[in-house]
Amino acid sequence: MTINIDPVPDRQQPTGRPVLVIDNLKVTFATDGGDVYAVKDVSLDVKAGEVVAIVGESGSGKTVTAKTILGLLPETATSSGVVLINGNNVVSVSAAKLRQIRGRDVAMVFQEPSTALNPVFTVGWQIAEGIRAHAGGPGGKRVSARDAKARAIDALRKVGIPDPETRVNYYPHQFSGGQKQRVVIAAALALNPGLIVADEPTTALDVTVQAEILELLRDLRDKYGTSIVLITHNMGVVADLADRVVVMYQGDVVEEASVKTLFAEPRQDYTKKLLAAVPHLGRNSASAGMTERAHQGGKVLVEAKGLTIEYPGRLGSPAFKAVDGVSFTVSEGEVFGLVGESGSGKTTIGRAIAGLNRTTGGSLSVLGYEMLNLKERTFKPLRKDIGFVFQDPAASFNPQLTIGDCVAEPLIIHTNPSPAQVRKRVGELLESVQLPASYADRFPHELSGGQRQRASLARALILNPKLLIADEPTSALDVSVQAKVLELFKEIQQEFGFAALFISHDLAVVDMLSHWVGVLYKGKLVEQGIGHHVMGAPRHDYTKRLIASLPVPDPAEQAKRREDHRALLGI
Amino acid sequence: MNATTVSGRKQPLIYRLPVISHFRKSIGLQRGMLVTGLVLTIAFLLTTVLAPVIAPYGYSQLSDASGTFPAQQAPSGNHILGTTVGGYDVFSRVIWGSQTAVVVIVVAVAMSIFLGVALGLLSGYFGGWLDRVLVVIADAIYAFPSLLLAIVMSIVISRGQSSFWGGILACSFAIAVVFVPQYFRVIRAETIRLKAEPFVESAKVVGASSIRIMGRHIFKNATRTLPLIFTLNASEAILTLAGLGFLGFGIEPSSAAEWGFDLNKAMADASSGIWWTGVFPGAAIVLTVLGLTLVGESMNDLNDPRLRGRKSAGGKVPGGGGGSDARTGAQAALEAEARTL
Repeated sequence: MTINIDPVPDRQQPTGRPVLVIDNLKVTFATDGGDVYAVKDVSLDVKAGEVVAIVGESGSGKTVTAKTILGLLPETATSSGVVLINGNNVVSVSAAKLRQIRGRDVAMVFQEPSTALNPVFTVGWQIAEGIRAHAGGPGGKRVSARDAKARAIDALRKVGIPDPETRVNYYPHQFSGGQKQRVVIAAALALNPGLIVADEPTTALDVTVQAEILELLRDLRDKYGTSIVLITHNMGVVADLADRVVVMYQGDVVEEASVKTLFAEPRQDYTKKLLAAVPHLGRNSASAGMTERAHQGGKVLVEAKGLTIEYPGRLGSPAFKAVDGVSFTVSEGEVFGLVGESGSGKTTIGRAIAGLNRTTGGSLSVLGYEMLNLKERTFKPLRKDIGFVFQDPAASFNPQLTIGDCVAEPLIIHTNPSPAQVRKRVGELLESVQLPASYADRFPHELSGGQRQRASLARALILNPKLLIADEPTSALDVSVQAKVLELFKEIQQEFGFAALFISHDLAVVDMLSHWVGVLYKGKLVEQGIGHHVMGAPRHDYTKRLIASLPVPDPAEQAKRREDHRALLGI
Repeated sequence: MNATTVSGRKQPLIYRLPVISHFRKSIGLQRGMLVTGLVLTIAFLLTTVLAPVIAPYGYSQLSDASGTFPAQQAPSGNHILGTTVGGYDVFSRVIWGSQTAVVVIVVAVAMSIFLGVALGLLSGYFGGWLDRVLVVIADAIYAFPSLLLAIVMSIVISRGQSSFWGGILACSFAIAVVFVPQYFRVIRAETIRLKAEPFVESAKVVGASSIRIMGRHIFKNATRTLPLIFTLNASEAILTLAGLGFLGFGIEPSSAAEWGFDLNKAMADASSGIWWTGVFPGAAIVLTVLGLTLVGESMNDLNDPRLRGRKSAGGKVPGGGGGSDARTGAQAALEAEARTL
């Protein structure tokens, strides 16, 4: 077959024949703990030119469903049911037939573009590989290397890589994250498959880049009539791109509706709960109604003046400035939200305050201690006043110790309590983060992600610290769990009255918690102000772009925002 | 920690012990390998314990009530595996030899494991010049052929001649010198990995001292691979001991029975059709090493979820599953440096 790179003039209405039909799909995995039913009974279909989003929390079976479409399940899985692509049942076809279907009829876009591309080959080679793997040339022969390269260039041009003739010879590391994802999409498009399965295509990307990739996917659908199965947990992305939504929960389809219907009037309780848990920028802001900065009467706990943090470069290359001349203060009782994309230096600042990174210039004073000449021995007494909550609750507990031991650790190090005192205090703390005190005897792997993150909060608070640093505390959690943890965080902050530095890439989450928000961009603090002022009326160009790129979980509002975003970028 | 048991309480201690937990999660060919290895190893250990009961004569016994043993006698009723050129009973020597082997394994591994683990923890955690110096030393030791090193050690410790303990210590020490870098390497690599884990950072943030972090947080998590290295090292220890004995640096026949030494003495017999003096000690070495290696290899495969075979979800048993092409880090490190005689 030949590929058709001419745009389809009129987008086919999503009423045509289905390109993908899934009927009664069941997938079971053999594990050490017995069989796990990952997908119980899923039926859905995707019509030509339609974007169907499969949403659900982790463990809902959405990724397994997506992988079944391409026959990418591991050996331990057994599947039954029907997955029809152009008349072929992927579940039962031979390996050789499956190889033909992949790439030609259906292609996949992976979550992490940097691992989906092979670093030792040029991107052109990788795109051509898919083209040459299929007998797509004249007379059923293989495509010649030259033709394949020409097609790779076409594919790169389609996905908006500038100067594709030159860049086809580049290696993956020469592209940025967003461009790499474009390349992955180009590889998926190379044979012009009717269906693309995109598994969390924007999760690993920054929000401004995410907006571009979503734009690209929408273009593909509009121009080439490609159907897309979009797997995501991000309701904003769904609202932005999808035509129809399938909500999955624990291996079952809970609800299926058009995107407008689903967001406007969800029928199932689970869907309602899920949608209610999604943080929505501009709603539920912690700083709502504030006109001036709160808590300025109290002591200043953290003060940065022209703070600079450099990471030493390799031999011969200059040092990398992760944080560049940042000044801010955090006062007693105040929640300072630090927002920025990856590489903006937000985590570095948090770690520097906790004494995990060294500062290299300017001044950073934490509880009156100058961090520029940090000595672990003299800083140690102050550590009891600083709590830290890490991003990944699974990794921040020692798997060999019980939750009780982990939570008690700061107490044991800084005071010299009797075992009975320890038990009592750990019990109190676990109760205040809404965990039963009996959980102290459990091991970390016996708790769910949200429970672990609450225990992590308990550990950070056990010594009644004056300052809490929370580095992306909810980004590893599912939305519904995230909502509960954020609510708890807010309550506890009001109850204990500690100051907090809340670091996140998620604007809506930061806005929900913080009184005062700072926006970091490439190591510089470009804007700071009262939460709802920054989110509602950003002044700096970057902040404007950042906020405009953020998809909101509401299709009608998002359509409007998309127009504004285009206007902002001058498209 | 066994990351695969997601739900429920921690299993009782007995099911978490290394070999038992491996046995429980094995299946098909992998279980067959493990069981074969276990049978051979248990037979070896039983022989060691019961040597005084099983062996009809002492390891250095040359005569009994009915007179001096004949030399080079073919297997017969009195001497079921025959006698050697020196008049020793082959069967008794093979049985007693297992005791020597076990003592050498225990002493060698005990000497190397403590030093190796301690140095690995310190080196990995603190890094810097200490780490660099230790790594260079470990590499330097790797560069020596282990047998050469063992010979040198044996000469230094006992001037090549030996009593029972002199010979044992010489062999064990020589083997320990070779093994310390292996334990060091594995523990150091694990420590470096764990050092960057959030739970270690979280301990740092709350102000835990370095000793506390190493002892409480890193040590337990870093030593998971030790049973595996121990098993593989044990077989290597036997080979080195046999090699030393074969080269004549072993233990005198009057002090203890030693398979390598007997093999050496059996060399001249081989050409004159006397097969029993060589075959049996040789078979003892092969079977013991095979048993230990099978256990070690199976544990290695079973430790890695990707290599481990499972009952398929429908209840069918897939053929064996894991080969041994892909290796875990610990195994790969060992493999690269593995030397044989």
